[in-house]
Parts: sequence; structure tokens; C-alpha cells
Amino acid sequence: MKYVDEYRDGTLAKQIARSIATAVEPGRRYHFMEFCGGHTHAISRYGIEDLLPDNVRMIHGPGCPVCVLPVGRMDDAIRLAQNPGVTLCTYGDLMRVPGSDGASLLKAKAAGADIRMVYSTLDALKIAEAEPAREVVFFAIGFETTTPPTAVAIEIAAKKDLTNFTVFCNHVLTPAAIRAIMESPEAKRGEVLLDGFVGPAHVSTVIGTAPYRFCAEQYRKPVVVAGFEPLDVMQAILMLVRQVNQGRAEIENQYIRAVTPTGNEKAQALVARLFEVRPSFEWRGLGEVPHGALKLRDGYARFDAENRFGIVTQKAEDNPACECGAILRGVKRPADCKLFGTVCTPETPMGSCMVSSEGSCAAHWTYGRFRQHATARAARDQVLA
Amino acid sequence: MCLAIPARVTELLPDAMAKVSLDGVTKTISVALLDAVAPGDYVVLHVGYALARIDAAEAERTLALLAEAGLAPGAAA
Ligand code: SF4
Repeated sequence: MKYVDEYRDGTLAKQIARSIATAVEPGRRYHFMEFCGGHTHAISRYGIEDLLPDNVRMIHGPGCPVCVLPVGRMDDAIRLAQNPGVTLCTYGDLMRVPGSDGASLLKAKAAGADIRMVYSTLDALKIAEAEPAREVVFFAIGFETTTPPTAVAIEIAAKKDLTNFTVFCNHVLTPAAIRAIMESPEAKRGEVLLDGFVGPAHVSTVIGTAPYRFCAEQYRKPVVVAGFEPLDVMQAILMLVRQVNQGRAEIENQYIRAVTPTGNEKAQALVARLFEVRPSFEWRGLGEVPHGALKLRDGYARFDAENRFGIVTQKAEDNPACECGAILRGVKRPADCKLFGTVCTPETPMGSCMVSSEGSCAAHWTYGRFRQHATARAARDQVLA
Repeated sequence: MCLAIPARVTELLPDAMAKVSLDGVTKTISVALLDAVAPGDYVVLHVGYALARIDAAEAERTLALLAEAGLAPGAAA
């Protein structure tokens, strides 16, 4: 596929790995967080960590919308779906996410709830138009990438005067979460070693690179916005290593083929017209994130499921053995969880990080678990020799 | 779910929709979030929407930078 295959070239990946190995300073340790689950997935799938020198460590960040959705909101969605008048439309990833007491949309559906998996917000709109007697609710989750598609659907619904279409809005914001990581108690105590971020290119196709400036200015952390193919990620790591070596903290753009400093202004304007920032929103793992999510503006309250169904989210606790929270904050790894790979697998996820293929635990299970660390390292050393 | 992939626009349709080709597979998507999309353009496709245009010249430049990054140590600093 054009614009994909050429960024997966194995020989070039090994050459860039060699350049990274040469660029790192021997006495220094480098800790980079890939914010986005898409990068976590790519890093696991292509074994990128095995190509990196021992003093470069990747930390998996909280950028997986399924993983950071708090249990209470999942409970809200399940309850909504159990309302006999409601048809809940959802992206497929949410079906297995555990709510309280082991409940899930999958189980609710099996018990008779009208839950339909959709690929696009437009599919949900079509259902609302075709079935005017049903209250069609779109379970909206995702980062800045996924918000504009929700906004388009609401705009069309407004134009068509659809009265049976609402959105349960759980859209969250990337820069606010990065700020929350930098402001976390662990970070303040110096327990999160972090020298820079790999920023998600797809978010930046919409918001541009400018919203990350605070990272460099206020926290002195470089950000390199990167694509999701293995060579993109490798190049971003090399760019970060160079920034650290040179004492720079700048916002750089690796994904110049589709990301600009200002992003997609048409999409931004649409989102700004329909949504406003919530003062605070709970993220699984990060807790309450100030300004961390969006809600519909009052002018669009008739499309807001929270408004129509009087949803008041109750705080609900994660499975106490699940370490998703610490993993999402970059202080633990999947293998540190005692449920990993025993009780908790993608088939029977105990925590949200095991559900989405972008979750740290799922990525580690799918691509990392059976790889012998020692043999992988040996292979790398051969490559780099 | 955050997956986004490059797709080639093959035909514009009414209501800000378009047909795209994904390695020969045809899909109908929304181009409501982009201005002036034309057949032949490559776009970043996410949950049924084109989010951005892929700039062919910048894509070439990235490949050149990648080749440079993989060159002898110390190069392309
Ligand atoms: S392995 Fe399962 S229970 Fe453990 S942290 Fe990951 S998702 Fe949570």
C-alpha cells in the first residue's frame, strides 16, 4: 500500500537503529514516552524496543481512549443500553471493556440489549433515520482525531432535525493528559523518568503541532510528532535522542507528509462550534484531569445523551489487582501485574489495557509475551554489530 | 480504534462523500472535514472520514530523510 510499505522497510530500520546506537551517549539514559496507543502497538508489533540500545527505554503512555475510559462511564453506557427504548451504537473496541462487577456491553447484548457495532458515526445516523421509533445513542469516545467525525454527525442530525439521535460524549484531549502526567505526584517526586514524548501524528493532523509548545516551554521536554509506521517511530526516536544530546527541548514534526503546525482548521472550527472543554474529567489511571475532555455546548444539548437521559456518572473502582492505572502513568509495565497472562488475557480482560489492541497489556500479550528477551537482544546485537 | 490509514480518492460523490481505494478495495467515506478534495488525492482515513491530505512532496522528503538517517553514523545530524 502506498505511503505504508515504504515506511516498513526492514533493512532501513536496522540502519536507523545503528544510527540511534551511535547517537546515544554511553553514560546517559533516555526515557521517552510514546503517548499514543497506536505507537505502543507499532512498537510491540515491529519489535522496535529490541532494536534500541539498552539505555533507551520506551514508556507506554495513556493515549488509548478505550484504556482511559473510567469504569463509571462504562457503567453509564451499559445502563443506557439496557433501556428498552435505546439503541446504543458503538465502536467495536468498547464491547469487551469491563464495567463494574464484570459487566460489559457484550454481556448486555447477549442478554438482549440493542447494541450495534458501527464503523463510522454516519452508520449510527443512518440507523436513527431508518428507525425513528428508536432512541439512537452514539457512544462517542476518542481523542482529537475521532472528535471531528462525531461533530459532523451531530451537524447533519441538526440539519435534518433528527430528534432520536444523541451522543454520549467521552472525547478526551491529548495535551491536557500530557500536562497531567507532568503534574502527577509521581512526576513531582521524580519517579517518572521522562526525557521526551513521541506525539501522535493522527491527533496532530487535526490540532497541528502548536498545542504541544507548553511541553517544551514549561517542562523543558521535547516532543516529536510521529507517524505510526515503524520507520516513522525509529526516526522520531533518533530526533529525540539528538534533542536530548544537544540540550534542546523543541516541538518537531516527523510526519510532515500530513501534519502542519496549525492542523486541520476546518475540523477545529467545527469542533469548537459544537463542543466546550469540561472543567475536569476522570481518566482511568490519571484520575481527574483538569480540562481533560469535551462536552456538547448548551446550544446542542438536544443531541447530548447525558442531558436527554439524565446521566449522572457514579464513581466506580477498578478491579483492585489491575495495574492499568500505574501502567498508564508510566510507572509500571504489564508484566508487573500478577493477573497478566493468567487471569487476564484479551479473551477475558480484567482491565481496559487488555481490551484494545492499542492497550499496553494487549500489545504486550500479542507481540511480546512469547518473545524471549535474551534471543531478541542477541538478534539485535548481531544486527548492530 | 485510533487506526488511520492512507487512502486514494477515486471519485467525489454528493453530500461531501467520496469513494476511495484501499489497495484495490473500494470504500465510501466522508470528506466533509477537508476542503477541495480531488480524485487522485491521498488522504488519511479514520473511522470513515478523511482527516488530512497526504502531501506527496513531503512524503518524498521524509523518505529522503529516512535514508539519510540510516546512513553512516553522525550523518544527517
Ligand atoms: S494485565 Fe489485565 S489486570 Fe493486569 S494491568 Fe493489564 S489489563 Fe489490568
